[in-house]
Amino acid sequence: MKIGTPKETYPGENRVAMTPASAKDLQKLGYDCVIESGAGLAAGFNDQTYKDAGVEVVKTGVALFKAADIIAKVRPPSDAETKRLSEGQTLISFFYPAQNTALMDLANKQGATVIAMDMVPRISRAQKMDALSSMANIAGYRAVIEASNNFGRFFTGQITAAGKVPPAKVLVVGAGVAGLAAIGTATSLGAITYAFDVRPEVAEQVESMGAEFVFLDFKEEQQDGAATGGYASVSSPEFAAAQLAKFREIAPDMDIVITTALIPGRDAPELWTKDMVDSMKPGSVIIDLAAERGGNCKLTVMDEKVVTDNGVTIIGYTDFPSRMAAQSSTLYATNIRHMMTDLTPKKDGVPVHNMEDDVIRGATATHKGEVTFPPPKPKIAAIAAVAKKPAPKELTREEKRDAETAAFKKQTRNQVGLLAIGGALLLAIGLVAPASFMQHFIVFVLSVFIGFQVIWGVAHSLHTPLMAVTNAISSIIILGALVQVGSGSFLVILLAALAIFMTGINIFGGFLVTRRMLAMFQKS
Amino acid sequence: MEFGFTTAAYVVAAVLFILSLGGLSGQESAKRAVWYGIAGMALAIAATLVGPASGLWLLSLVLIAGGGVIGYQLATKVQMTQMPELVAAMHSLVGLAAVFVGFIANFEIGNAAAGGDLGTFATMIAHKSAVEINILRVELFLGIFIGAITFTGSIVAYGKLAGRVNSAAQKLPGGHLLNIAAAATAVLTLIWYFNSGGFLPLFLMTLAALFIGYHLIMGIGGADMPVVVSMLNSYSGWAAAAIGFSLGNDLLIVVGALVGSSGAILSYIMCKAMNRSFVSVILGGFGGPAGEQMAVDGEQIAIDSDGVATALNEADSVVIIPGYGMAVAQAQSSVAELVRKLRAQGKEVRFAIHPVAGRLPGHMNVLLAEAKVPYDIVMEMDEINDDFPKTDVAIVIGSNDIVNPAAQDDPNSPIAGMPVLECWKAKQVFVSKRGQGTGYSGIENPLFYKENTRMFYGDAKKSLDELLPKIN
Repeated sequence: MKIGTPKETYPGENRVAMTPASAKDLQKLGYDCVIESGAGLAAGFNDQTYKDAGVEVVKTGVALFKAADIIAKVRPPSDAETKRLSEGQTLISFFYPAQNTALMDLANKQGATVIAMDMVPRISRAQKMDALSSMANIAGYRAVIEASNNFGRFFTGQITAAGKVPPAKVLVVGAGVAGLAAIGTATSLGAITYAFDVRPEVAEQVESMGAEFVFLDFKEEQQDGAATGGYASVSSPEFAAAQLAKFREIAPDMDIVITTALIPGRDAPELWTKDMVDSMKPGSVIIDLAAERGGNCKLTVMDEKVVTDNGVTIIGYTDFPSRMAAQSSTLYATNIRHMMTDLTPKKDGVPVHNMEDDVIRGATATHKGEVTFPPPKPKIAAIAAVAKKPAPKELTREEKRDAETAAFKKQTRNQVGLLAIGGALLLAIGLVAPASFMQHFIVFVLSVFIGFQVIWGVAHSLHTPLMAVTNAISSIIILGALVQVGSGSFLVILLAALAIFMTGINIFGGFLVTRRMLAMFQKS
Repeated sequence: MEFGFTTAAYVVAAVLFILSLGGLSGQESAKRAVWYGIAGMALAIAATLVGPASGLWLLSLVLIAGGGVIGYQLATKVQMTQMPELVAAMHSLVGLAAVFVGFIANFEIGNAAAGGDLGTFATMIAHKSAVEINILRVELFLGIFIGAITFTGSIVAYGKLAGRVNSAAQKLPGGHLLNIAAAATAVLTLIWYFNSGGFLPLFLMTLAALFIGYHLIMGIGGADMPVVVSMLNSYSGWAAAAIGFSLGNDLLIVVGALVGSSGAILSYIMCKAMNRSFVSVILGGFGGPAGEQMAVDGEQIAIDSDGVATALNEADSVVIIPGYGMAVAQAQSSVAELVRKLRAQGKEVRFAIHPVAGRLPGHMNVLLAEAKVPYDIVMEMDEINDDFPKTDVAIVIGSNDIVNPAAQDDPNSPIAGMPVLECWKAKQVFVSKRGQGTGYSGIENPLFYKENTRMFYGDAKKSLDELLPKIN
């Protein structure tokens, strides 16, 4: 089979869906590749590089649509292009079937299979073909670069001989792929970066990128993004109000605002109102990545750069990925190639359209004369939903008291039991043993008791010093030898003298070793 | 005979000893606590010399001083890695001293009965009734018995720790029967001694006890030595207490009981850390496994110092798990140097210490302290086990059983149920190890075969010294 890529017809579109590198990989899958002359020129790939990679170059788009069995492109096809599709042909591109129903019906009428790259489900296995993410990544990066281009100052703070430069403050609203890429770029340029998202679980990701998460003073439980495939959902009016109040509070401080907030299938929510724009300093820049869907700021004009009366630049470009065509084409072509890998399990150049496969099923908009959009929910959830931790059961005061009394009673029972047994034992001994023995015995029992109490408190790391110390003081047995050394026969004196000598070693050795060990412990 | 002054001094000494043990609850207060112990000991000896020890005090002083010189030499010369051996060796001295003092007491009883030239102690005995004398004999007997076990047991423990005796568990043919026979002999001689009061039964009993001490500890493998050492520590205390009873000396009783109970608790804590019953440790060897141990498949993948250095340079958080191998290779200062370098780069470096790492409780802490590793980055098992999933690199240096996942995964493993450091949950694990053999306990370690584990073969110190210049 043959895969073909036409030149994009959309005005200003620089990207191309096939690169010489991806063509080589596609050939390994058993496909022949064909490209319209000049398709890759805007992205930096001329016809010769394609030829070198073994790609056939045809003169016109019409010829290409005739030659190829599978058409891979970037933008949704124009009506004219759609009409060129024929029975059994496959089209792979961004398609946005929800918005382009007429186009979808037309393609279906032509008998073509449409695989919409924007409909690839967000599951781990499909990440390699998630073209939305790879484009969003570029958009986030480019948004910061564009902002920097329109911002008359450094991002990073500097203290120079010519004066002190304060660092720029960047606010990123919406921490999706584009938002996170923007955060990463802004922090690496040295700006102080803040970020906000309605999904509280992304705070950790935001912080991992080096930005500070802007928390709202708001109690209501936000819906976990996992329920909606990792995308944001509509928030309650109270939450929206709290959010706007927070933005209003920090707006005068911000030099650069990058808004990326989108809710799937809806117009972009208004997050940056006119009064916030008015409160910003002259020279500040707003980049509205949601411009295509009405913009997060109502002053945004799609595809244009406007400057407000108070000197704030608002940029509504929608073609950020296209502005970095070499990079975005490479990534997009790789996404396409991964899609083809999944479609060609045998690597024999024949696609197998397996409608049981979650990824292929999800991305397919029309197939075999039927409109298959919208797809059913994928079998595997995109992101494991975080199990809500069950709140620890609030015990009533009575229950608490009951539990406490029960524990107390049990403890008392245990202790009294032990004391009773111990007491009985002591009594039994006392019955037979003489008084002089009992005197010492009491001392003994009490000492054991003190020993137990004291040793539990010894730190684990000090167990070796503890052993050395107890070893040293166990040489207290020297007292026995000392008492006896002065009396009796030579044998007694000899034994006692030996005992004194040995314990003498022990006393000094034990204490000195302990001191040596303890002297080494130090704080950092 | 009682001296009011001596008793008062003994009370003060006892309080000082208690404070000295209690002060070990924190690193800083411990430094003060040692001085309490020293003061207590000095006070006790001085009071005894002035009071009841009437004769030959000059000789006593000379002997103490002589012992002191040797003790000083030992304490200052010894390497920190040899600390366990030293402690074990010194226990044997206390045991032997207890045996001697017990013997003397027996002679004195004989002297008192004969009514010859009486010393202080004999005079006291002469006042005692027959029942009291009998109790005295039992106490003496116990003191000597425990002292003798401590003596040979400590010597064997010393030999095993110092590597002079094969550290594997060894038993003479007959096993525990021999121990039981020796214990029975001791009981018989007790009855004999009780009736005759002669020296011969006492001596026979001593021989039996010496044998028990030797054979009991020979039957315990090297990996259990921490428990053994603290158990012997406890014994030496009980011996002192028993002798204290027979001499009627309260300070001996107090201190003996303190030492005895502290050793017992230490043993208990360690057995709990290894999930073993005290009895099975003391009776030697592991309890037999209930079934076949899980076979380990896969292979151990080796890595060189360049690979380890790259991983360390990229890691943000590192946890080091030292074991006995680090002590053997004397690698603690190289480890400390590695830690300093990594910390200088702003990485989070911590140590994870298993309660039974090394051959003494707290052994690793002491070694790391010697190498000037700050103690606030040295963590206990419970403090750090939950952090492993967030750790980039875990380095295992010469430890084996304490990082063995089989303890959790394999119910038939001899160490099943023992709490272990879950280092395999870290993103990467490097194991510095001399060769492919199993460790002290002879158990296969599945950790070495895990996918995220790389083996860094070689002597720990050499490997680390090779690694150090590559950390930048």
